[in-house]
Amino acid sequence: MKVSLFVTCVADQFFADAGVATVKLLRSLGCTVDFPAGQTCCGQPAYNAGYWAEARPVAEHTLSVFEQAQYVVLPSGSCTTMVRAFYPELYRDNPKMFARAEALSHKTYELAEFIVKVLGVTRLGQGLAGKRIAYHHGCHVLRELGIKQEPLMLLHGAGAEIVDWAAAEECCGFGGLFSVKLPEVALSMADRKLSTLPPASQIDFLTSADGGCMLHLGGRVKNRKLNLPIKPLASVLWEATQ
Amino acid sequence: MKVTSNQYPQESARVLREEPHVRESVTGATLNFDGKRRQAYAEVDSEAWRHWAEGVKNHVLMHLDQYLVQAETSLQRNGVQVHWAEDGDEARRTVAEIARVGRVKKVVKAKTMVSEELGINPMLEGMGIEALETDLGEYIIQLLNQPPSHIVGPAIHLNLEQIRKLFHQRFQTPPEASPDHLAAVARKLLREGFLKADMGISGGNFVVAETGTLALIENEGNIRLSTSAPRIHVALVGIEKLLPRFSDLSVFLSLTARAATGQRLGTFVSLIQGPRRADEPDGPEEVHVVFVDNGRSSVLADHEAWETLRCVRCAACLNTCPVYRQTGGHAYGYVYSGPIGAILSPGLLGLEETKPLPYASSLCGACFQACPVRIPIPKLLLTWRHRAVEEGLTPRLEAAAIKGYALAMTQPWAYSLASKAVRMLPEKALDNTIVPVLKAWIEGRAGLKPSPKSFQQMWEAGEVG
Repeated sequence: MKVSLFVTCVADQFFADAGVATVKLLRSLGCTVDFPAGQTCCGQPAYNAGYWAEARPVAEHTLSVFEQAQYVVLPSGSCTTMVRAFYPELYRDNPKMFARAEALSHKTYELAEFIVKVLGVTRLGQGLAGKRIAYHHGCHVLRELGIKQEPLMLLHGAGAEIVDWAAAEECCGFGGLFSVKLPEVALSMADRKLSTLPPASQIDFLTSADGGCMLHLGGRVKNRKLNLPIKPLASVLWEATQ
Repeated sequence: MKVTSNQYPQESARVLREEPHVRESVTGATLNFDGKRRQAYAEVDSEAWRHWAEGVKNHVLMHLDQYLVQAETSLQRNGVQVHWAEDGDEARRTVAEIARVGRVKKVVKAKTMVSEELGINPMLEGMGIEALETDLGEYIIQLLNQPPSHIVGPAIHLNLEQIRKLFHQRFQTPPEASPDHLAAVARKLLREGFLKADMGISGGNFVVAETGTLALIENEGNIRLSTSAPRIHVALVGIEKLLPRFSDLSVFLSLTARAATGQRLGTFVSLIQGPRRADEPDGPEEVHVVFVDNGRSSVLADHEAWETLRCVRCAACLNTCPVYRQTGGHAYGYVYSGPIGAILSPGLLGLEETKPLPYASSLCGACFQACPVRIPIPKLLLTWRHRAVEEGLTPRLEAAAIKGYALAMTQPWAYSLASKAVRMLPEKALDNTIVPVLKAWIEGRAGLKPSPKSFQQMWEAGEVG
C-alpha cells in the first residue's frame, strides 16, 4: 500500500521524532511511504480564526501537493480533521474546488485510524506491556471525525493499560489561537484537565494524537513542574512494535 | 440589559484571577448537570429524539409566519390577549400598559430570560411597581443586584458560604444555616409575595400553535404560583418558541428536561389554557401573551445563523462547555452566555458589540453533542469569526500576521527557510516576551522548543529509516 505522509507543521517543527516513528511504523506494516515535497501547513490556524480567504490558498497548496496520493496519513488528529472535514467546507461555494477537496478528504486518515481501518491491524506487538498510559483525546478527531476506539485498541493491544481519566475526552484548552487569545482561560482548562488525572505514581506517560494539545499541556506541565512525561502517539505506537 | 460583551477577554481573565470560587462553583455544578444529562440521554434513543426535535423546530421556523398567526388565533379562542413586540421598547411599553390598566402595585416574576433580555424589572421599578423574583436562584441574585450567570441556574456562580452570608445579613439567619433552612426562609418570604401580587410575569418554554397552550417547565413550583395566584398573568415569549401540535410536547417536554437537568420531566409542568373560566375556583382573570421579536426575525432571515433559533434554552451547551466552566456567565456580558450566547448574542445585538464572543471557544464540539435540537454551534462560531474578519473587526496585528502566515505556507521555500532560521536562533529566543503571541504563550507555559532538526531536514538528509 502506498502512503503519502503529511507530517504537518507542528510535528515537523516540534515532534520530528513522531514523523520518523510514523514512517518506520507504516513501513513495518508493509506500506511504501513517500514524503511529498513542498508540504507545509494544513491552514487550520487561519481557518479557525475566521480568515477563510487566507486559509484557502494554503488549502489549495496542500491539495496540489497531495492530489496524486493513494492514501494520505497524518500523525495529527486536528490536521486530519482540517483536511477531511473543513477543506470541503471552505469550498462549499466553489463546485470545482469542492470536488478536489472531497477527493482528498476521502483518502485522508489519522495514523491510528489508518492502521486499524485501512490496514486492518489491531495488534502491533507487545512493546507496551505493563505501561500505564493516560490518553488525551483531541477534540476534533474525537467529536468531528468520531475516532475514539482506534488509538485505544492499538495501545491496549500492545499490552498497555489505559488509566481511568474522568476528563479524558474534555478539551485541554489548546484550541489553536484560542490558547494565546484567551491564555488565562486556556491555562485554567489545562489545569482542570490535569487535576483529574490519577496520581503521577500511577501513570507512566500521557499520549495524544495532537501536537498542539501536547505543546499546550506539556508547556503547562513543565511550568508547574509536574511529573508527567508526554509522548506523541506515533512514537508510542512505534514503541508498541518493538 | 447593558451589554459588556466586548470586555470578555479582560473579564474572563479577571474572574479567574480575582474570583477563583466562581470557577469552583460553576465547574462543580455544571459537571453534575452534564453527567445527569448524559445519563438521561442514554436512557432513550436520544439521537432519534434530537433529530426529530431538530426537524420539528426547522419546520416551525420555515413556516413561522403561518404558525404565529395560528397561535394568535388559538390563544384568543382560549381567552388569552395576544400582543406583538417588535423590539425591547415595544415589549416594555406593552407590559407597562397592562400593569397600568390593571392598577398593578406588586409583581411576582417566574424565572424568564426574555425578561432579563428586555430589562423588565428596572422598567417596573421606574413605575413604582415592586418586582419580586420567585425562583430561588433568581431571588438570590436579585438580592445581590446581579444578572443571571446561567440560563437554568442563575446563581450557579455562588457557593453556599456566599448565600449563607447574604441571608445572615438580610434575614439574620444563623451563619451556619443549612441549605434547607435557607430555602425555608426564602420560601416563607416568597409565599407572602405570591399572595400580595397583582401580576405574575413568566416566560414560556413552548406555545402550541394548534391549541394555544402555553407550556412551562420548572422544579420549584414558583412558576405555577406566579401564573395562577395573581389576578393578571403576562407571559413573555420569543417568537421562535412555537410548536405546531399539542402532541409535539410529548417529546419536547421530556427532551428539554433531560437536556437541562437530566430529569425525565420537570417536577412541575404547567400547560396553561387561558384565564379562569366561569366554573373554575381559581386562576388569573387575565392572561396575556407578549410575542417578542427583538432581533429574532433578523436572525431568522440570516441564511446561516437561523439555526440558532431552534434553541430551547436548556443550557446543556453551557453545562458541557469547558470554556464556560472556567468563568461562568457574567464574563460574556449579556443575558445569554456560554456557547449558545456566543452565537445568539451576535445575531440579536450585532457583531460590533459582541465581537469577542465567537472566539470564546476552543471549538471542542462538546456543545453540539449536548444540544437537544442539534444546533451546529461550532460551525456557527466559525461563521461569526469569519464575519468578524470580513467586517474588519479583528485586531490589525492579527490580520497582518495571518496574511504573512498564509504567504509563507504557500511558498515551500519560505517555509523551509523559516524552519532553518528558527533553528539558528540563540537558545531561548522563542522564550521572549516582546512578540505578543510568544508573551501570551510563555506566561504560564514553558517556552516552545523546536526539535533539533525538522522532520523535513531529516528526510532530506536521508536520516529517516
